[in-house]
Amino acid sequence: MNLIDILIQHSPPLIVAVPLFSAFLIPLVSRINEKVRNAFALVMMSITGFFIALLASDVFANGPRIYVFGAKDLAIPVVRILFEVDSLSVFMAIVTFILVFVSLVYSWSFMKKENDGLDKYYTLILLLVTSTLGMELTGDIFNFFVFLEISCISSCALIAFWVHKAEALEAAFKYIVISSIGALFVLFAIGIFYAQYNALNIATLSNVLQFTFLDKIALVLLVVVLGMKAGLVPMHMWLPDSYGQAPPSVTIVIIGATQASLYGAFRIISTIYGNFFNSTDLSVVNFVLNTNAIGWVIIILAILTILIGVVMALIQTDFRRLIGFVAVAEIGYIFLGMGVRLASKYVESVGNVPTAIVFPAYGSIALQGSIFHIINDCLDISLLFLVAGAIYYATRETSLDEMSGLARKMKYTTVFFLIGLLAVSGVPPMNGFSSKLLIYESTYQLNPIISIIAILASIMLLAVFVKVFYSAFLGPKISKFENVEEVPKSMLIGMGVIACIIIIFGLFPNMIIHYLVEPAANALINNAQYISTVLGGV
Amino acid sequence: MIFNIPFIAVVAMIFIGLFAVLFKRNLIKIVLGISIIESGVNLFLITLGYREGGVAPIYTSAPSDAITNTPGSMVLPVPQALTLTSIVIGVAVLALMLSLVMHIYKQYGTLNVRKIRRLKE
Amino acid sequence: MSEMSKIVRTIANVSFPLITIFGLYVIAHGHLTPGGGFQGGAVVASGLIMLLVAYGSTWAFERIKEKRLTSLESLGAVWFIGVAFLGLFVSGIFFKNFLVGLKLFDNITFFGDIPVVGSTLANINTAGVLPLMNFAVGLKVIAGLFAVVLVMAYASSLKEWKK
Repeated sequence: MNLIDILIQHSPPLIVAVPLFSAFLIPLVSRINEKVRNAFALVMMSITGFFIALLASDVFANGPRIYVFGAKDLAIPVVRILFEVDSLSVFMAIVTFILVFVSLVYSWSFMKKENDGLDKYYTLILLLVTSTLGMELTGDIFNFFVFLEISCISSCALIAFWVHKAEALEAAFKYIVISSIGALFVLFAIGIFYAQYNALNIATLSNVLQFTFLDKIALVLLVVVLGMKAGLVPMHMWLPDSYGQAPPSVTIVIIGATQASLYGAFRIISTIYGNFFNSTDLSVVNFVLNTNAIGWVIIILAILTILIGVVMALIQTDFRRLIGFVAVAEIGYIFLGMGVRLASKYVESVGNVPTAIVFPAYGSIALQGSIFHIINDCLDISLLFLVAGAIYYATRETSLDEMSGLARKMKYTTVFFLIGLLAVSGVPPMNGFSSKLLIYESTYQLNPIISIIAILASIMLLAVFVKVFYSAFLGPKISKFENVEEVPKSMLIGMGVIACIIIIFGLFPNMIIHYLVEPAANALINNAQYISTVLGGV
Repeated sequence: MIFNIPFIAVVAMIFIGLFAVLFKRNLIKIVLGISIIESGVNLFLITLGYREGGVAPIYTSAPSDAITNTPGSMVLPVPQALTLTSIVIGVAVLALMLSLVMHIYKQYGTLNVRKIRRLKE
Repeated sequence: MSEMSKIVRTIANVSFPLITIFGLYVIAHGHLTPGGGFQGGAVVASGLIMLLVAYGSTWAFERIKEKRLTSLESLGAVWFIGVAFLGLFVSGIFFKNFLVGLKLFDNITFFGDIPVVGSTLANINTAGVLPLMNFAVGLKVIAGLFAVVLVMAYASSLKEWKK
């Protein structure tokens, strides 16, 4: 057992414990110097990234891996808390790490102008990172609830970071009221699970679940609340407010937390209820209509999300609020892929006797497009928020009516905004095109109208952003922008890293799909492998 | 029937809390409504663990079949741990919400939720 | 807030040590009786808040620096996670209860006995790492809750906050 094997074996708890430890060390470290504190946070995130890379290389090669807290072996029935890491978890952890690293690099100069409170800023961002990574790696549903609540509290405190702005406080209050009621209903659903099956472990629950009436109630509560945290219509109201009023370097970490809630919704639908929704065993013939019904409900909500997001984005004048509505629309694309897969299940029968239950091939393509779109959506929307933050840093303006002619002074920022614009609208050769093409192709085969609505929404997004580009960057010079200069280097490095990753993903989508997305999509639907890693071949 | 009364109390508390959050106009009453919902969900979790005729799950002065027949005649201890975690989280959320209410009062000058609407569409 | 009358201050002075001792008892016996880190910490913090209400927040905020409370709170949290990492270094599993059954020099265990089920006398020398973690959580809760109420009380008494 050389050092690398020991590190890989202990990496699941270390990925969560290192940011937690450094979050509590920041008030003690910041007594030395400010630059030492910023560098300390970056170094600790790099160590976490190193552990994530090690774990990713092992999980993609060897399958899911578990880590039991506090004991060497796992006794069945499972009473210990455990972390279970499969390919989808590592994929989400990689996404979170990229977003947080760029945010810390960006906020080195962006937050330098604040007088005090930066200790609490770094502590809260590291706590938010801990909770997001914990939500993605855990294998125990009450542990997921605890991390969900930690992310809700930290992100609310960060949204209200600029306490002298009244709108930020209003957005944070709305967010915490909705989030805390939602989290209490998740606790109610966990209580329903524990009362019936005496188990809190995800693998054990998915093994013993019978689809009783109480389980249906728990499914509705969990999907509605986790969809609310992800931004699904009609529960999306907090998202444009919060994304628009938080400091931009905070917004991209909150995007990571939103995607972790979306991962939770996918995990619950596919793994806990996987024996009824995902399996092609003939014993679940009676539940095929249930699967189709849930799929269609998710498709209808996703279409509403896309349309409402894009239509509301057309009429906004505040820059960051507009990007928030576009983020809502992109979440709709991700849910569309999952809904199409669930709604496409059908029964082949000879005469009146069912012989097989089949998921057609376009279902798995839809799921792959949906998972690829998670990382594309995060990167594109983050780049747009960072550009908006750069404009705010240089000109102290947030409203699109006041901005004009910025391309003369801020050349690099203009180029980054162009890259983000093309990526979000799904124009080749950026990465948005690949994932949206997968979603268009597969949804067309289920029902052409869905695909047409999705393509139209993409075209409208292009219209929205061309209008923004023309009015903010091109256009006549204004006298009050005479002294505007380019933003500091660390902000440019942050935006540059994301732009490079966008271009690389756009030019080589086949490699990314083969190495990252396909294992993740297969791990999501492979229920039996998830259970047998914990329960040992039952 | 008498063992179903806590569940009826849970539903009543959740509905009263939701009524307060949805229909009351004072910010502090909304915060109190969230606190009532939280108490209701905690009561639900504790009531799940009750076994008839059970004692508290402590090893001192435990009944004789506590280890051989787990949990024996003891009440289930796991929901009590879940409830304790939920109470701690509730305290933290309540402290944060009240600090936000103080800041909002300083900025807007009023606690009426119909007037705190600068973020319109 | 200004201070309250002499009767209130005297009773607060007399009852503060009793409340603190009771709170520390609840923290220390968390593995034997109902209680533990959070519950005992909340009791001690209530005693401190009683003193704050009796003496007035302006008087208190001049004498207690809020940075020291934050450092104390961080110390409690670092202690908790440090004990968890210690489980990793001593016996190879994160969060392992490594003090149970561990005999130090000539048969003295540091919180390491194994309790006998059904006995009528509780043994405080049991339950491994849990009393240490109870102390860490209790320290964090005392510092955290008191800091929150102190800052809230001071902020509501500042002149620019009154309309």
